[in-house]
Amino acid sequence: MAALTGLEPVTAPAPAPTRPRVWRGVVFLLAAAYFLIPLGASLWYTIYTPTAGVSFAAYGELLTAEGFGSSLLLSMSLAVATIVLVLLLTLPAMLAVRLSAPRLRPVMEVLCTLPLVVPPITFVAGLTTSLRTGTDVLAPTPFWATLIAVQNPAFPLVLVLAYVVLVLPFVYRSLDAGLRTMDVRTLVEAARNLGASWPHVLFRVIIPNLRSALASASFLTLALVLGEFTVARLLGYQPFAVWIVTISGSEGQLSVAVSILSLLLIWLLLLAVSTAFSGRKRK
Amino acid sequence: MTAQVEFRGLRRVFGKTVALDGFDLTIAPGEFVALLGPSGCGKTTALRCVAGFERPDSGAVLIDGSDITDMPANKRDAGMVFQSYSLFPNLNARDNVAFGLRVRKVPVATRRTKADELLELVGLPSHADRFPHQLSGGQQQRVALARALALEPRVLLLDEPLSALDAKVRVSLREEIRRLQLDLGITTIFVTHDQEEALSIADRVAVLRNGRLEQCGPPAEVYDRPATPFVAEFVGTMNHLAGHVSGDQVTVLGQLLPVDGEAPGTLEVDVLIRPEAVQVTPAPEGQAEVIAASFRGASVRLRVALSGGEVMADVPGHEAVRLVPGTRVTVHLVERPVLVAERTVTVPSPATEPADAV
Repeated sequence: MAALTGLEPVTAPAPAPTRPRVWRGVVFLLAAAYFLIPLGASLWYTIYTPTAGVSFAAYGELLTAEGFGSSLLLSMSLAVATIVLVLLLTLPAMLAVRLSAPRLRPVMEVLCTLPLVVPPITFVAGLTTSLRTGTDVLAPTPFWATLIAVQNPAFPLVLVLAYVVLVLPFVYRSLDAGLRTMDVRTLVEAARNLGASWPHVLFRVIIPNLRSALASASFLTLALVLGEFTVARLLGYQPFAVWIVTISGSEGQLSVAVSILSLLLIWLLLLAVSTAFSGRKRK
Repeated sequence: MTAQVEFRGLRRVFGKTVALDGFDLTIAPGEFVALLGPSGCGKTTALRCVAGFERPDSGAVLIDGSDITDMPANKRDAGMVFQSYSLFPNLNARDNVAFGLRVRKVPVATRRTKADELLELVGLPSHADRFPHQLSGGQQQRVALARALALEPRVLLLDEPLSALDAKVRVSLREEIRRLQLDLGITTIFVTHDQEEALSIADRVAVLRNGRLEQCGPPAEVYDRPATPFVAEFVGTMNHLAGHVSGDQVTVLGQLLPVDGEAPGTLEVDVLIRPEAVQVTPAPEGQAEVIAASFRGASVRLRVALSGGEVMADVPGHEAVRLVPGTRVTVHLVERPVLVAERTVTVPSPATEPADAV
């Protein structure tokens, strides 16, 4: 922010000989090949069959395939719910730690990074065990009663809770990076000094300056939830990723087509998020 | 829009550090008071108690006689300018200035006009649409000042607002702050660790040490008649010279000078002499010798070795050529009352030597 102002732009050194450019090109081509060849091969696989030649039938079938729409919708709504919940949890907590208990920061960091070191399979095994035994042990508690009350087979809340834990490290990292770029304490104090209430401080001062961090946190959450398989599969739900695996058993071409489509979808979302963000910043 | 501010027995402890330890001070309406002290002396904590960012463990802060100690920060009528750049990065200069008015739901047109007026007041009429990252440090602090004044607060709090700026901007901006403060007649508390800054713009300078007030008075008084040895040391530079008290006079460097204020009970004392009160004249037969000279433009700070120790002297800059290190000189003290303190130096008193031999 402020530290970036006031410096004279450094004049570029005289153009170096052309050799580095060649290397740049080589690296670029290698990276492009690494990403594009598998993609191209997948695409070719979905549109070409030796018997029928080139045809986009697989993509046409997608829209009519059993479970495509519902699983995609489930994944999307799970992602949105996870984003909302995880941000509601982490942002106020991180602000509180920064403002009034800076000594707890390492503790919070470790807590939030912990899910990264627990393999999803261990996590879900623990989850199912506690769900099974919980019925007996926790049944009389109001917590359990609430969980049972909000249960809904069409919208598995337990997945949202599990995903919140899984995305915690990524969300924490993104928000932490965003909060590091500003002097939170001074900005909050300046706003308070000008008469702003706490909600006003949060929505008019903190969030507008955290836009990119919030966007990246949301995006990482979205990507992770759309691609999450282990937890959903083992708990017996069928969001998008599980559906892809299910269908790939019976219809190979279709499942690859779905993968390509979901990749495109995520790219489009990323593009939308980043252009929306940069467009607002230029204003 | 101006108010009296009173600190009453303020005490604040952070863990083992006592930031404020019974701090008392009353600031008259419209007065500009500088809180001066080394880092950790509690000056910023005192200011933050007025702003409401810090709650004293005991004691009270009163504005116009009413206790505001328990009032939340956003209800207080005090505008603050922070040390680090505190402008909202997502808002341009005008919106930053208008932030407080927006919080109070002032209509758009009114707050726009008001913000533009204030930006003009701080000398940035054409920068309203710039964002903080497009402004220099000095400009950012001007906008911050305009923002603090936008709500027409009764007290203006300045927390080392100039310390992040380069020397030239610092001097010009502090003069502008003072001019603005006099025009508006707003009670102002200015926290700084830079004694020159404090002395040059404040009506009164309050020197703090370990969370307590050491002395509060007009700049000239604090400089010329420091109430305690700490103030004497902290504000400006002081020579400690061994002296011998006789009645209400003291013999130092062979000169007999009147004692200013109280003398300690002992006869052997430290005499406190400002470097500018030490006159140095080149003399081939002089017994003193210049051992170092640092040129400061307008003046030269000399270190002069005497038979009894060392003394610092400030002489006009043009004397530099005559007083290069190695020059033999005579040292003479300006004839005026001097402060004495309890003996802390151990060098033998040169008082027995005849004056012309020094």
